[in-house]
Amino acid sequence: MEIPVIYNSLHTYLLIAALLFGFGIYGILKHRSLIGILISAELVLCAASVNFMAFNRFLAPDPVVGQVFALFIIGLAAAEAAIILSIIIAVYRNYKSIDPEEPAELAG
Amino acid sequence: MTPLFSVEGLAGVVFFGFILLIIGGALVATHAANLIRAVTGLAVAFIGVAGIYYFLNSPFLALMQILIYAGAICVALVFAVMLAEPMAVKKFQHRHPLAGPGAFAAAGLLAWGLAALAYKTTWPAAPTRVNAGELEEVGRAMMTTFVVSFELISLVLLVAIIGSLVLARTGRSRK
Repeated sequence: MEIPVIYNSLHTYLLIAALLFGFGIYGILKHRSLIGILISAELVLCAASVNFMAFNRFLAPDPVVGQVFALFIIGLAAAEAAIILSIIIAVYRNYKSIDPEEPAELAG
Repeated sequence: MTPLFSVEGLAGVVFFGFILLIIGGALVATHAANLIRAVTGLAVAFIGVAGIYYFLNSPFLALMQILIYAGAICVALVFAVMLAEPMAVKKFQHRHPLAGPGAFAAAGLLAWGLAALAYKTTWPAAPTRVNAGELEEVGRAMMTTFVVSFELISLVLLVAIIGSLVLARTGRSRK
């Protein structure tokens, strides 16, 4: 039995990142609740850091920069998730719903 | 192609397993109607991405991914679902019949464009690398070259903590 070795080429990782990005965009457009949209946005962020790490491993002259950048992305994603979750809870208290259509009256 | 029962072949099998974890987790995260199930799918996808980081020569990033994403963020999401999802209250009814296929078409077009871009471009590799990207080098770079960004991240986290406390506090009845 033989198996192709694909984990040593840049294209494989870029393809995985594109796939994750596509899933994230699909979820953002499809989900009908604010928490579902947040979950899909996390997938998009993950795709971005996979791309950074792939270019860092195969192309970058200094392989430290991509890792530091991916760490910063993880930190910012944690902060972003905390803020968005508290906004969702505040919206739920006021509207008794996490449907993204409900707070549309804020638009005036 | 390489024989299956060798080090490279078995590593390839593990790599395929991680790709399957990512795809399956992302499918569950985007398709599940139950939000708790979607969060579980997200955690599975994050663990697959951590495996991808391991294959990219960065075990530290893989550990951080599991610790922060699959650990902290998913637990916070579950808490928010418990606090804010009225179980079996009204379903989200008003959705356009073309919403699902439209979202699929848009996302498929974007992903296909990115993948085509990745394959069509000739990526120039760096002639030399200044170090091997060890954890020690990462720590040194974070404390010297990127020290301003590092301090700014801590400031952002502080602001996020205070901001989320203030946001979640307003509107609570005082009883």
